[in-house]
Formats: sequence, C-alpha cells, structure tokens
Amino acid sequence: MSTARGLETSALTSWGRTLRAPQLVFAPSWRDELPGALRAAVAARPGHGVLPMGLRRSYGDSGLNPEGAVLLTPALDRTIAFDPATRLLRAEAGLSLAALLAWIVPRGFFLPVTPGTRHVTLGGAVANDVHGKNHHGAGTFGRWVRALGLLRSDGTALELRPGDPLLAATIGGLGLTGLVTWVELELLPIASSVMQVEDEVFEDLDGFFRLAEASAGWDYTVAWVDCLAKGAALGRGIFSRGRHAAAGGLRAVEPPGLLRMPMDAPGFALNRLTLGAFNALYLAMGRRRSGRVRQVPYLPFFYPLDGIAQWNRLYGRRGFFQYQSVVPPAAQREATRAMLTAIAQAGEGSFLAVLKTFGPLPSPGLLSFPMEGTTLALDFANRGAPTLALLARLDAIVREAGGRLYPAKDGRMPAAMFRAGYPAWEGFQEHMDPHFSSAFWRRVAQP
Amino acid sequence: MTAPRHVLILGGTSGIAVATARLFAAEGAVIGLAGRDAARLAEVAADLTARGASAVPLFPLDLATEAEPAAQLAAMRDAMGGLDDVLLAYGMMGPQAEDERDATTARRTLDVNFTSAALWALAAAALIEAQGRGGLIVLGSVAGDRGRRKNFVYGAAKAGIAALMEGIAHRFGRPGAPPGLRAVLVKPGPTRTAMTAGMDREGGSWAEPEDVARIIRRAADKGGPIVYAPGRWRWIMLVIRHLPARIFNRLDI
Repeated sequence: MSTARGLETSALTSWGRTLRAPQLVFAPSWRDELPGALRAAVAARPGHGVLPMGLRRSYGDSGLNPEGAVLLTPALDRTIAFDPATRLLRAEAGLSLAALLAWIVPRGFFLPVTPGTRHVTLGGAVANDVHGKNHHGAGTFGRWVRALGLLRSDGTALELRPGDPLLAATIGGLGLTGLVTWVELELLPIASSVMQVEDEVFEDLDGFFRLAEASAGWDYTVAWVDCLAKGAALGRGIFSRGRHAAAGGLRAVEPPGLLRMPMDAPGFALNRLTLGAFNALYLAMGRRRSGRVRQVPYLPFFYPLDGIAQWNRLYGRRGFFQYQSVVPPAAQREATRAMLTAIAQAGEGSFLAVLKTFGPLPSPGLLSFPMEGTTLALDFANRGAPTLALLARLDAIVREAGGRLYPAKDGRMPAAMFRAGYPAWEGFQEHMDPHFSSAFWRRVAQP
Repeated sequence: MTAPRHVLILGGTSGIAVATARLFAAEGAVIGLAGRDAARLAEVAADLTARGASAVPLFPLDLATEAEPAAQLAAMRDAMGGLDDVLLAYGMMGPQAEDERDATTARRTLDVNFTSAALWALAAAALIEAQGRGGLIVLGSVAGDRGRRKNFVYGAAKAGIAALMEGIAHRFGRPGAPPGLRAVLVKPGPTRTAMTAGMDREGGSWAEPEDVARIIRRAADKGGPIVYAPGRWRWIMLVIRHLPARIFNRLDI
C-alpha cells in the first residue's frame, strides 16, 4: 500500500506546469491512516520534508516538494457533520469545493467565499486563504473557518479555533504548519442557485475605479481588462457585478460535457494577434449587453474556466506564470496604471486579465495575501527570459507601491520581494512544522 | 413523498461503494453498510447522513469469513426495515507475484473475491427472489475478461463471479419469474480508489469512482446483466478477448 511505502512519480505538477520534478507520494484514504502516512513520509525523505497536496491548482511551486515527500489528500473527502440550523459544515480537508457545492446548493447553501475554480480542496482553500469576487463584503475564506484539525509531524492532533496563534499561521500558511485534517466552515444560505448579473463596459482605468466604488452594494464584483489597450484606452474592460437571485430554484448544475484541451497548444497559438482579436471580440460582446441585468446559473458566473478541463495546456509545453499582485489604496491607481502600461508595451499577457478591489476586512492569516487595495491577476506564457524580465519590472512597481504577490499564483518571486510583502514571515517560521517544506518556501526563506 | 429506497451495501468502505452510496443518499435512501471496520463505516455513515440519507444502519462484520450469509442478510433486511437493492462491492487485490508465490495469499485473494462473494450473491439472490422484487448488483472487473500475467489470480476470481452473476440473471429472467428481479454485474476498468492507491494512476484509462458510481446507480434501475464502467471498456475488452495468443502474449498489458 502506498500509505506505508509511497510512490515515486514526476507526474504531479502544479497548474502552471513550469516545474517538473520527482516526488514521493503518499495517498492515504482514511483518517486513521494519516498518522502512519505522515510518519512514513517524514522518515522517507529526511531533509526534504513533507507537503500536503490537494488538487494542484496552485500555479507555481508553493504546492510542490521536489525530491521530498507529498501527502495527497483528495481521497479524504468525507463530511463529518452538517447542521443546517447553524450552517456549520465539518468535513475532511480533501473534500473539493466542487463536490461540496454539488450537494449543498440543492439544499440552499453556498460557499461563503470561493476562488475562481471549484477544483480546490478545503485544505487548499485554508492553506492559501483564498478570496473571491465578494472580498469587499465577506473577506477571505479563512474568516469563515470556525475550527480545524491539524496533525503535526510529532503525532499531536490539534483542534484549532479562531484566536489560536497556530490557526492564524495555518490560514494562508501554504500547508507548512502541519497537515490540515478537517475544516469546519460556516456556509452561506441562498434562496436560489441563479445569479443576477450585470456587466458594464468601462473605457479606462478611472472608469473601473468609479464602477468599483459605485458597486459596493453588489455581493460580487470583478472586472476583466483588455491588457493590450494603451494610451487613453489603458485599463478599459468590462465590469461585472452579481448577487444571488431571490428566486429561480436550487439546482446543482452539473456541467454537461466538459470541453477538454486535447493537447498542448503550440507555442505560437497565443500571441499578440490572437490575443488582440479575442480582446476586441470580448469587449464588443460586453458592449452589447452592457447595463442589462441577466439571470445566469452560478457555475459559469463563478467558474468560467472550469468548463474547459486542462485549460492550462493552452499555454503550451513550457507552461505559464500567473502574476497576481495587490497594492494598497494610496497607490492603487498609479501602480495599476504603471503595471498595465508595462504589460501592454511588452505585448504579453493573457485572455483572462482580472482586476478587483479588495475591501478593508482584515485577513486572518499571518501570510494571507488579500489586503485592502486593488488586485490585478494575469497569466503569462513562459517564454523564458523576456517573460521573467517583464515580471521583474512589475515586481518593482508592486514593491514601490507597498504591495505584494500571491504565493498560490507565484512561481518565481525573489526572496526579497516575498519578505518585503509579508513582514510577518519571520514570526510565521516559529509556527511551521519542522518537517514540512515546499519548493516555494525553500526559495523565499533562504537568502 | 415516495417511500425511501432501501439499499444494502456489502463492503461499505470501498471507494466505488462510497461514491455510489452518495448518489443514493442524495435521494434520501436508507443505506445499510456492512464491512469489517466499524470506525470507518461510521465515518462513511456520517458523510451519507449529512448528504441526505434517511438512515444509515451499520453492520460491522467480516464478509469474507461469514459462514451464515443468508441469516445475516435476513437480519440486515429486518434492521433496515426492508430491502430494495443489494450492492456487493468488497474486494481486495494484492500484488500478483505474492499470489503466485504463496498459496495462503492466493487462497485469500480467491476466497475474498470469489468464494465469499459468490456465497453472499447466492444468498442475496434467494432473498430477492423470495420477496419477489429487488436488485442484486455485484462489482466484477475487466480483469475477469481475460487472464493477464499482471493480475490473473484476482482476474480468475472476478471471472468466476461473472459466470455466477450471468447464471443468476438467467434464472431471474426465466419465463414465469417475478418481473421485479434484477441481477447485474458491473465491470469497472481501473479506478482511482484506495484499492489501487499503490499504482501509478496518471493517464487516460483511469476512471474516477464517481464515474463508475453513476453507472452503477443507473444499472440499479435499468440495463443488461453485464455493464462495463465506463462503457468504453466493453469495446476495449472485446478486442482484448479476441486477440490471438501470439499477439496477446507480446503485449505488456
């Protein structure tokens, strides 16, 4: 059994696919197997440590432990308790948000906070303290965690609650404080699985900030930006806002046939020309329905890319980097403008360029990414040196503005950049499990 | 409200069984779980209860060594308040090399996957026939379709179960038999469950337990006596069964 022995494989990469390395995989299926699996994993790779691994939707190296051991959790997907009256759900950490939604939506509940893919485990959502389109009203995922189970490599099983310093380290703690075994989450009641959605085109960056301020009354807001637009049109895009409808039924929408990227796209498929054509089309589509409230199922609203399995193969064999930053309010306009200018000049960037303002609700984790301000997220196909040079230019802008990058999306930020953005990182180290590690952590924690 | 369906699962902690039980739970079924490990059965029961099962009675027992399956089945039916379907889902697969080397290990593989499974299936068929309605669904494997050097001991047991289930389906379908009897053998291909956790499971031929579960759920209501899961395995195994030995023997499959 792999619970005891582990399986060596290079097949487990993260979503960005820029890093391939062998790892020793342990895949326990039951809670009673966890202590033994963890012990075996620690013993198997002394010096390289252990890392919990969920559904591998982190983009870079924060979810990988090359040469080391990983504990694969998705088989641990059982609900432990659910009380519709208190809305508290306790489940094993390997349960995916997709599987959870499939049965809580028909009963009139939703995730209090969800990232842009539902193929994320509860443990992964905690470890990255994920955020969603409702950050301005709901804050991060970690704010809705009422308790969790943490197994340390010395065999102690802890039950952590808000107020416990180890919980603050574990939320957003990138899986480095131990193995999250279960999570208790407060769910959101909904009356309908339908979303009321309104799109509005904005012609420049100021237009985005105006709409963001005017949309505080909407539960969910997010904007798509045309990352190729320059000059007066810089920062133009489509602002999208939504709320749960009051009627329309409760349906667990199963996607019909999943589209699937059949193979790696050739390196030239995504270039300035195809990107320009796509952006022009997308903007035209936005203009046509601008200002009209529509009713849409929740699935395409929250998870537009989940409809295409393995869309990461769009970026070809060399993979891609995502770059997600947040900059505080005082600098948000200037810094966002400067980043978009640099990206448009380089002619890089992706179909999906996302802009959103984070609200002032504090994030509970020591290393939580969200803070008040503006966040910008883009994918960049890995073209080697030119791509890395552009990202380094963006680093300078973010750092100057007092912002930071999202470790879940990162595959390359220098140690200094991480430490500048996360001053709590040294305090965090005290809470780390001595036998847990990741490629990301080795990169940013070593000078 | 219609009365809840009563489903008994023999091997209630198997990955495919749990995925199937979740589909029945969402329909509000009463789900009986039998298996060796009481603590793990209780974990599955909590999950099914949260997902909407009306009740989840537990029957901790070692199915592989139980000597009185008929009496046990009747008792379980009474405890559940009725029985509509029996899903036989337990099984084990050790490394083939150990089965070839060690008679005790081979006997265990054959006993668990064939002898005990056959006795439970016979008892369940008799109970279902006596009450005049109900379904018996047994998990076989594509490994039973042709002996391969990688797993032919396990495969032989699954082939035996296939012949047994064909026989039960033949009996259930005879002229004059009650119309509410069903016997189905479901043959999954490689599936990502705890049983296969020690194998390298990347690649397109591997199915998720949820995919197999949907097929089992459908088989409980309709479909032929042999159901492949996913369905493409019917055609793959058709080819593999008909490969001439001199070609088949060269293949490392």
